[in-house]
Amino acid sequence: MGNLDVNVGKLKKNAFRYSKVRGETASRIRIPGGVIDAGSMQKVVEIAEKYGEGVINITNRQGIEIPGIRLEDMEEVNAEVQAIIDALHINQTEPGKGYPSSGTRNVIACPGARLCPFGCYDTTAFAQKMEDAIFPNDRHVKIAFTGCSNDCAKVRLADFGVIGMTEPQYDKDRCVACEACINYCKRRSVGALSLVNGKVVRDKAKCIGCGVCVAYCPTRAWTRSENHYFRLVLLGRTGKKNPRLAEDFIKWADEESILKMVKNCYAYIEEYIDPNAVEHKEHIGYIVDRTGFEEFKKWIFKDVSLPPIAEVKERVYWGGNHYDRYDG
Amino acid sequence: MGYIVSREGFAEVIAALRDKYRIIAPIRKKGGGRFTDVDVILYGEVTDAAEIELDAKSDYAPKEFLTPLSETLFYFTEQEVKEADLEPKPVLLFGRSCDLHALERLDAIYLRNGKAKDIFYERRRKLVNFVLIGCDKSFKNCFCADMGTNRATEGYAFSVDRVGDEIHADVPDAEIAKIFAARGREEAVTPRYVTENEVHVTVPETIPAAVLKSPLWDEYDTRCINCGRCNFVCPTCSCYTMQDVFYTDNGKVGERRRVAASCMVDGYTNVAGGGQYRRKNGERMRFKVLHKIGDFKKRFGFQMCVGCGRCDDVCPEYISYTNIINKVSAAAQDAGKEAE
Repeated sequence: MGNLDVNVGKLKKNAFRYSKVRGETASRIRIPGGVIDAGSMQKVVEIAEKYGEGVINITNRQGIEIPGIRLEDMEEVNAEVQAIIDALHINQTEPGKGYPSSGTRNVIACPGARLCPFGCYDTTAFAQKMEDAIFPNDRHVKIAFTGCSNDCAKVRLADFGVIGMTEPQYDKDRCVACEACINYCKRRSVGALSLVNGKVVRDKAKCIGCGVCVAYCPTRAWTRSENHYFRLVLLGRTGKKNPRLAEDFIKWADEESILKMVKNCYAYIEEYIDPNAVEHKEHIGYIVDRTGFEEFKKWIFKDVSLPPIAEVKERVYWGGNHYDRYDG
Repeated sequence: MGYIVSREGFAEVIAALRDKYRIIAPIRKKGGGRFTDVDVILYGEVTDAAEIELDAKSDYAPKEFLTPLSETLFYFTEQEVKEADLEPKPVLLFGRSCDLHALERLDAIYLRNGKAKDIFYERRRKLVNFVLIGCDKSFKNCFCADMGTNRATEGYAFSVDRVGDEIHADVPDAEIAKIFAARGREEAVTPRYVTENEVHVTVPETIPAAVLKSPLWDEYDTRCINCGRCNFVCPTCSCYTMQDVFYTDNGKVGERRRVAASCMVDGYTNVAGGGQYRRKNGERMRFKVLHKIGDFKKRFGFQMCVGCGRCDDVCPEYISYTNIINKVSAAAQDAGKEAE
């Protein structure tokens, strides 16, 4: 056996970590939507015990890393993870060769409407649909889905954050003015409801579509809209230069438009990414800082037709600390 | 007279009945529940037999037609009052045996409680012809057998039991029988009913005063969130409150509305001067339960609760009313022993 001779670029693209421990790596498992079947989890355990050190890391973005794998074993591990790739329906270019890329990060989701009383849509299903639309891709893009305005998935740290909304439907004939909706909207949400002449009036401008009124209505006077809607927030990021939260872009967006906008974003990145970016990796936000938001909008809106209810912010301003400036 | 009709035949029966009747029945409203993509079954007018939910227990009760959650009673101007119109067409109101027994309770409260009848209830009640949906099995949380409301042998225009792909109907109403006869075969039919539920209650014959002071109510001070769902879904709860509304464009014109009230919800026992008789949720729970299984009976001679279990189905805090009945029963026994 010869000395170790590993193409580190390929290793990373293949979803293995460059480890500080010389000769070792970690296998990174994608779990789009944050749901993994127990059989695949069992497989993770097997790999950790056979090739790793019997330890499993749960990552910050709902993935798994199996550390302590010898670089020599990568091919065997790739053969082993095939079962997980198949079970989770991850797009792949060559069966048996592991994950085809790692740039576009795991698509994360809170439990959403499958479990959570406040979830406004099936976050996992949307995340999996998104994964299918954009993976594999080498560009560094983070997408996160959360079921409601509580934002348990912390989507404001992602490039594209999707927050579930429902448009409350009011049947005045079922309303008895118990005021549960008004009280809970005030205490748990934004206080968008008031009682006028014995019936409830919703301030549409203030309403954030969280569905608290629906959850607390005892008579089904408030129900959820048939259509699921979303608030799309853009270009949040962590990191060294200018960490910042994502800002609101579209209120009452639809699923199809969001899928299209994210897909369109990749063409924009190809056009404008800094050709000298370290490891060809640059947060989209920094590209937008260079090109201006108008140019970004032009690209992502290609062939997108938003529903009439959608409210688009013409201008978006981001904050955060600018550690790369003296005045930051 | 009994009839067996195909599913298509039943659809024709309903279509034919719509000439004379409005069909008010349990409807599954897709996604209409509390949570995302969860259905709710409540009452509404149907135009097609396929809309009628025959297989599941409705979340809300047929009283939704008789005592609407919100109903305008009359309009007023400066000098005049005009009663709100009511569609005069007779109604076929679908419900189960427990629901039919519940009508007796509503009638007692609205028509036989004191000298005056409630005319707004009465004008709706006169329109109602009950359609009995048979129960081939007990649903979750039902306890009709113990309340003696599991079977209805009269008081319905016809019954409906889905047996495979056919509808079995017992049709005491002679006019409606003709409509069935033209579309199905005649055969003796007994509406299905259950004789046993998983849930059992023992309702005490008498409830000693000591039970009112029992610590059994205390846990509901914090467990209950006084949302009132148990009242709003109950087929026998009949409390209401009034709203006199003056239209905003012209303050001299307005309407009086009657809306359902709940003894669990804030405001129910509020009196002038800021008083409130039952502030704690445990006290409200005590009032409600003892009314259902004691106080109503003292006045009318039969229990108010019909054992449909909708309150247990709906409670967001998993409070079991049937369990409370049994706790009351145990407390009543203990109090009896102490007295001896």
